[in-house]
Amino acid sequence: MLEVFVFATLNGLVTGLLLFMLASGLTLIFSMMGVLNFAHASFYMLGAYFAYSISLKTGFWAGLILAPLLVGVLGAMVERYGLRRVHQSGHVAELVFTFGLAFLIDEAVQFFWGADTKNYRSPEILDFPLFTMFGQEFPAYRGFMIGISVLIFIGLYYVLTRSRVGIIIQAAITHPNTVANLGHNVPLIFMGVFGVGTALAGLAGVIAGPVLTTFPGMALVLGSIVFVIVVIGGLGSLPGALIASLLVGLLQSYAIASDVGMPELLELLGISFDRNHPLNDLWTLSLPQIAPILPYLLLVLVLIFRPAGLLGKREE
Amino acid sequence: MEILKTIAKKSPIWIAYLAALLGLPLIFDSILAISIFNQMAIGIVFALSYNMLLGQGGMLSFGHAVYFGLGGFLAVHTLILIEFETVYFSIIFIPVIGGVIGLLAAIFIGSFSTRKAGTVFAMISLGIGELIAASSLIFSDFFGGEAGISGDRTYGPTFFGVDFAQNDQIYYVAAIWVFIATLFMYLFTQTPAGRMANAVRDNPERAEFIGYSSRRIRFISFCASGLFAGIAGGLFALNYEFITEENLNAATSGRVLLMAYIGGLGYFIGPIIGAVVLTLMNSLLSNYTELWMLYLGIMFLLTVIYLPRGFAGFIMMHQVAWINNRLRSLAIPYLLIGLPSLVLLAGIIAMVEMSDHEGEAFHYLGFELDPESFITWAIVAGFSLAAYAGVRAALPQLKEAWESANAVPDSKDSKS
Repeated sequence: MLEVFVFATLNGLVTGLLLFMLASGLTLIFSMMGVLNFAHASFYMLGAYFAYSISLKTGFWAGLILAPLLVGVLGAMVERYGLRRVHQSGHVAELVFTFGLAFLIDEAVQFFWGADTKNYRSPEILDFPLFTMFGQEFPAYRGFMIGISVLIFIGLYYVLTRSRVGIIIQAAITHPNTVANLGHNVPLIFMGVFGVGTALAGLAGVIAGPVLTTFPGMALVLGSIVFVIVVIGGLGSLPGALIASLLVGLLQSYAIASDVGMPELLELLGISFDRNHPLNDLWTLSLPQIAPILPYLLLVLVLIFRPAGLLGKREE
Repeated sequence: MEILKTIAKKSPIWIAYLAALLGLPLIFDSILAISIFNQMAIGIVFALSYNMLLGQGGMLSFGHAVYFGLGGFLAVHTLILIEFETVYFSIIFIPVIGGVIGLLAAIFIGSFSTRKAGTVFAMISLGIGELIAASSLIFSDFFGGEAGISGDRTYGPTFFGVDFAQNDQIYYVAAIWVFIATLFMYLFTQTPAGRMANAVRDNPERAEFIGYSSRRIRFISFCASGLFAGIAGGLFALNYEFITEENLNAATSGRVLLMAYIGGLGYFIGPIIGAVVLTLMNSLLSNYTELWMLYLGIMFLLTVIYLPRGFAGFIMMHQVAWINNRLRSLAIPYLLIGLPSLVLLAGIIAMVEMSDHEGEAFHYLGFELDPESFITWAIVAGFSLAAYAGVRAALPQLKEAWESANAVPDSKDSKS
C-alpha cells in the first residue's frame, strides 16, 4: 500500500510540476492581456517537435536550449503580427483567434512532421534508475524533470518579484498606461511576456516529449487540463496555478493508482445490483476509470462555488 | 402583432429561402449533392443556435456540441425504440425529441452556468463539454463507447407512403425542419427576450438598471439555443442513422464556433453563410487535397484578423456604397485586386502541395507540377511574387475607390 502511495505521489509531482510549467506561462499571459491563450498547449507540442528535430542532428541537450528559444520567438511573432491586430476587435475575437491558432498549429505539425508518433528519446546519460524503493525503480529522467520544473519556478519567482524587469512587468499588468507614461515600451513588454510564456510551454514540451510520447495529439491531451488548472487556481494567480497544478497532478495520479470504485462502495453499504441493471455502467465504475474526468469535475465545482478560483481575486 | 408585421414585410425573403431549400435538390440531384445538402441543413440549424448564444447573447461557449450530441443520442435511441415497436410515431418528429432533450440539458446546465458571462461562462462550458464527452466513453451502454449507436429510420408509420429509405426523401424532412427552426430563431430575435439578450450582451449593468435580471435573460437565450442545437442533433440522427461520441466532443464544438464566426456573428444570416461555406469546403476540398484542414485553419485565422465580422459583415460593409448607388465604382478596383490575389493564392497552394507531395508529380489546375524540378519551383514562386506585387500595387487604388464610395454624398448626389 505504502509503495503505491509513494510512487503515485512521485508521479503526481512530475505531472503536476510539468502542468505548472504550462500553467505559469498561461496565467502570466492572461493577467497581462486578459486573454486565455488557447494555443498554449500547441506551443508545448511545438517545443517537443522542435526538440525532436534538433535532437536528431545534435542530441538532446542542444534541443533543450534551442527549442524553447525557437518557440518563444514564434510566440512573440504571433503576438506582434496576430494578436495585437485582433486586439481591436475585442476579447471574443482574441479568444477565437488563439482557438484558430491552436487548430492551425495542430494541422501544421501534421503537415511538417506527419501524423505518426516520433521516436523522441530522453538522453542516455539520464538512462538509469535514480533510486530503488520497494523493489521499484524511479527513473533519473523523471527526477531531472522535477529538478528543471523547480528551477523554473524559483527563477520565475525571483525575476518577477526581485528584478527590475519583473517589477516593470508587474506594474504593466495593473497600470499599463502609467508604465507607458514613465517611458517604458508597454507593447514590447507584452510581446516579451507572450514570448517567455510560450517559451516556457516549449520547454515543458521538450522535457515531456520523451515521457508522454511526441505525437500530433499531445496538445489536445494537455490543452484543456491546463485551462482547468489556471481557472481552478484563480485567473492570473501564479501561486494559485502552482497549487492547482499539484492538486490536479496528484489527484489524477492517486485516482489511477487506486483500485477502488463503485463495487467496493456498494459492498460497504451492503447494496448489490444485478449485472443486467440498466445502470450497470454506473454501478461498476471504478476510480481509475474516472481519473480523466476528475479535473473537469473539479473545475465545474470550483466555478460554481468559488468562481474566482482558489487564489483568484474576487471579480466584480 | 408587431412581429407578424415585420415577418410580412420580409416575406419575400422567407419565401425565397423556402424555395431555395426545397428547390436545390431538383437542380443538383446527384448523390453527393444531396448528402452535402443534408449536411448543410444540419449545419445551418446548429450554427444558428450557436449564434443565439454568442452573436446575440454574448456568451462564448466551447461546449455547444453537448446539446447537439445529447439530442442526437436520444434521437437515435428513439429510432431504436420505434424499430422495436416500443413507441409508434412517424420519424419526421424525431427532431422534436432531440430538441426537447437539448432544452432539458440546457435548463439543467444553464441553471448554474449562466450566472456570469465572459470567461467564467466560457470555462464552465469547456469543463462541462469535456466532462460529458469523457463520460460518454465511460457509460458505454447508453453512448455505445467509441463505436457509437445506430438505428434505422425506415421503421414506424410511413408518411403518406414515404418510408425515408432514400437520402433525398430525408432531405425534404430536414429542409422543412430547417425552415421552421430558422423562422422561429428569427422570431426569437424579435421578441422582447431576444432584444434584451442583445442589451445584456452589450451592457449587462444597464440592462439590470432598467429592471431586467441579466442572469435570467442569459438563461432564456441559453435554453432556446440548447433547444435548437438539440433539433440539429435530431436532424443529424435522422440523416446518418448513427451517432458517436465524436458528435458531442470539443471538435464538434469547435467546428460550430468556426462556422458561426466565419459566417459572421451578430448578423442573422451570418451562420447560414458560414454553414454553407464550411460544408462546401469540407466536402469538396477534401476530395482534392489531404491538407484541407490546414487551409481551413489558415482561412479561419485570416478571417479573424481581416474580417472580424465574418463574411456577412464583409457583405454588409457595402451597404453605404449600395445606398449611395456607387457600388459600380468599386467593381474595377475589386477586379484589379481580385485577379492577382487569386493567382497568389493558387501559387501559395501550389507550393504547399508541392512540399507535401514528396517527389511525386501531380496535376494542379491543369498543369503538371513536379516537386523535384527546380524550374517548376522557380516558375511557381515567380508567379506568386509577381501576383504579390500586383496586389500591393492595386491596394492604394482600392482604398481610394472605397473612400470615395463611402464618402457622405454631397447635395447633388442625394437629389438624384
